[in-house]
Amino acid sequence: MKEMNMKSFVAKLAGLVVVCAAVGLGSAQAANYPKNKPREQSWSFAGPFGKWDIGQLQRGFKIYREVCASCHSLDLVAFRDLEKIGYSPAQVKAIAAEYEVPSEPNADGEVEDVPAKPADRFPSPYANVEEAASANNGAAPPDMSLLAKARAPERGFPTFVFDVFTMYAENGPDYIYSLMTGYKDAPEGTKIEEGTHYNPYFIAGEALAMANPLSDDQVDYDDGTPQTVDQYAKDISAFLMWTAEPGLVDRKRTGFMVMIFLIVFAGMLYMTKKKVWAGLKN
Amino acid sequence: MSGGHSSYQPTSGIGKWMDARLPLPRLLYDSFVSYPVPRNLNTWYTFGGILALMLVSQIVTGIVLAMHYIPQVDQAFESVHLIRRDVNGGNILQIWHAVGASMFFVAVYVHIFRGLYYGSYKAPREVLWILGVIIYLLMMATAFMGYVLPWGQMSLWGATVITGFFSAIPLVGEGLQEFLLGGYAVGQPTLNRFFSLHYLLPFMIAGVVILHVWALHVTGQTNPTGIDVKSGQDTVAFTPYATIKDAFALVVFFILFAYFIFYLPDYLGHADNYIQADSLKTPAHIVPEWYFLPFYAILRAVTFNIGIPFTDIVLIDSKLGGVLAMFGSIAILAFLPWLDTSRVRSANYRPLYKQFFWLFVIVCIILGYLGSRPAEGWYVIFSQIFTFWYFAHFLIILPVLGLIEKPLPMPASITEAVLAKKGGAASTPDGAAAAPETKS
Repeated sequence: MKEMNMKSFVAKLAGLVVVCAAVGLGSAQAANYPKNKPREQSWSFAGPFGKWDIGQLQRGFKIYREVCASCHSLDLVAFRDLEKIGYSPAQVKAIAAEYEVPSEPNADGEVEDVPAKPADRFPSPYANVEEAASANNGAAPPDMSLLAKARAPERGFPTFVFDVFTMYAENGPDYIYSLMTGYKDAPEGTKIEEGTHYNPYFIAGEALAMANPLSDDQVDYDDGTPQTVDQYAKDISAFLMWTAEPGLVDRKRTGFMVMIFLIVFAGMLYMTKKKVWAGLKN
Repeated sequence: MSGGHSSYQPTSGIGKWMDARLPLPRLLYDSFVSYPVPRNLNTWYTFGGILALMLVSQIVTGIVLAMHYIPQVDQAFESVHLIRRDVNGGNILQIWHAVGASMFFVAVYVHIFRGLYYGSYKAPREVLWILGVIIYLLMMATAFMGYVLPWGQMSLWGATVITGFFSAIPLVGEGLQEFLLGGYAVGQPTLNRFFSLHYLLPFMIAGVVILHVWALHVTGQTNPTGIDVKSGQDTVAFTPYATIKDAFALVVFFILFAYFIFYLPDYLGHADNYIQADSLKTPAHIVPEWYFLPFYAILRAVTFNIGIPFTDIVLIDSKLGGVLAMFGSIAILAFLPWLDTSRVRSANYRPLYKQFFWLFVIVCIILGYLGSRPAEGWYVIFSQIFTFWYFAHFLIILPVLGLIEKPLPMPASITEAVLAKKGGAASTPDGAAAAPETKS
């Protein structure tokens, strides 16, 4: 009898714990940014069989060169890496030559700016962080190499649980796309700081220092793709996913083979185990 | 090693020669071939083997990474990302090591909770259990220092927060913190010593693992019934029975491991660590890796000073209190064999403990969630409630349960339990001479 009471007490307690937790955690809301969750897009590189859309990466690279590169560096990417997105060695050499990098000191110890070679990495638009900050209202534009992985707004409960099963790993490009297409006038009553620009998708506040960088027909596409902000935003986001992890598609392809191997191996071990244990006398 | 007689019979000439000089093959044969294990071990008992392989996996990937990594504050971040870009197989290698740390903790938590459920810490396995707690502590230190090496934002700020704990210790705290960091703040000397220690500690873990396995082979394994092995019929030889079972479980675990490596490499990490460390920019939320979150919640649950009532005398301020609670929440595990007063090992025969066990699992998961939230409002209050429950589980519930709980009737032997489960006639080959351990 005593035990029965105890049992029901435990059951009630467990219920209470779960209810309290659910109510409490649901109501406890910190003033968190971004105000709007990123809008999920469909990406060619998403999912277990994701592939790069080479045309899209080249368009994204064009946007980087013509728009982003005036303020944002791309420290970790070398010109030779562009061969992985469909440029020939000759094209890469030509692209590299458009940039200047400091040479090795000559016999007299002089350093001069020379055209970059494919092995060089993209030079930064600024000499140092201080110059970058001073030219941009005090906030240095972040390096773009890893940006698509460095920006991941929280998914929240229970979405983050579902993400395990849907293999959702595109928070970065979704965020960048949403930010690029999310600029609008601040709603009435919202005061934003001088020199900042309202964007409800920004991860660290209501407004950011960067003005809306994209407008329709700003970058010429020669493959007939629509020249809209929406398309530009998708293309630059895809390109930045590539710069953040150039090996992403290779990783997934290797993964598929590893998974097949492990599953077949597990099946064989399971049958062996059954056989071994079946021989056990009671 | 099991204290019994050895059944190793060297057949080859070189085998006999070696056996007379250094009987290492005999030791391995007795430990991993003829060693008897209870025949009723279930899947939860395969995680010890899985953990051994995870340690090997981390050491092997880590040694290769160390060949390319540069422990220098201006180059560390870049060197890690150049490994991912320019080293052959580097992308997967780096992910493997980082995800491997998480999977190591997944396995160790299953292993620990299995021990809690089946009462694996009870006599005569107290030393075995305490060695396990030591391994867990070493794992935490290793994982923490490893997380600092990529020199991202969370590396630097995580290290700042964690080493800040030591400054809470009265009198010697500040000096101790400086000694750990090699300076006033996390910087170059910190990175150098953390790299050195991160390389050393896994080998110390390997050493304690050998002691852990030794202690295990002295007492023999527990099993889901919690009844001692009574005859040879209750056991099977480690090889092939346990080896093939462990191998199967290991490969299934590696499917999960591979799933995260190849499809969700960043899921268990933090996006801020893709930003190079910057001592002038504090991240909005400093959060440790997921496997530390319950302890982080306990740390932040202590928001009040503890002093003498009705006076202004503060004995323990909230900072020190939080640190004590956090370390206490781990240290208390070492005292578990003496806090649990029940003589019945397995929760299968302890109807009340079984429920409190699952409640405790839920409490740990909720504490983990709370640890990931900012320390404000309701989150703090819930952290305090669940921190109280965490300690009450060990200090109140376990001692009291052993006294008031009426255990279920237990089978006479492991063999009988196995046969009953199979639905066959429950023959008792041993004549059921020994009564099960029940409470009087």
